[in-house]
Amino acid sequence: MKIRIQSDDFDVSTELAELNHAQVGALVSFVGTVRSDHGVTQMELEHYPGMTEKSLTEIARQARLRWEISDVVIIHRVGVLQAGAQIVLVATASRHRGTAFAACEFIMDYLKTDAPFWKKEHGPHGAHWVDARSTDLSALDKWR
Amino acid sequence: MSTAVKVEIRFFASVREQLGCAEQTVELPPEISTVGQVRDWLIARGGVWATALSHDKPLRMAYQHVMCDGSELLLRVNPEQEIAFFPPVTGG
Repeated sequence: MKIRIQSDDFDVSTELAELNHAQVGALVSFVGTVRSDHGVTQMELEHYPGMTEKSLTEIARQARLRWEISDVVIIHRVGVLQAGAQIVLVATASRHRGTAFAACEFIMDYLKTDAPFWKKEHGPHGAHWVDARSTDLSALDKWR
Repeated sequence: MSTAVKVEIRFFASVREQLGCAEQTVELPPEISTVGQVRDWLIARGGVWATALSHDKPLRMAYQHVMCDGSELLLRVNPEQEIAFFPPVTGG
């Protein structure tokens, strides 16, 4: 299991190659990127060092209790990111696609509501903190 | 005789900006013993503290790096522990 918070970019192929081995039949990955809605040029990402790692580890642990996944990678970037940049990678490895897809979505859904990250958008109208979305909370219903 | 409990309080994102403060070490008065009471004690400072930490806001709290949801607010605050205040998270 790999959980990393970093300002540097990541390479999805490299990360997936590390998850792959002869017993793995399915690799699923999700990449979140900076969307340039309303002329957003930059996104600033803040986190709570210490709690972030703990929270992501716990989410990954919960996923592994629910599904038979052989490995998980979670990489989340922090700092100033340009429009179009990669923000987050969640990748899961499993024998079959169903479990890998489900576990990947589960981890992303809980990362959205439980991991202490905050986004600040910079655009033509200045900078403002992104509001949390109620749809992120309701996305958890399917796991209850 | 009870000694004052010293705790670390941290603020993030918009809450940090509003308060102009990222962290503070405070000594809690003896009548403040739970995580939830710490919020009210800070609100009682008035001014920007009352606004930023107001119960009208969807503020989140963490105690020892664990998100507080209801029952955790009743936990007793132990010395040298960490409490954090922040807006709902928006990562991913």
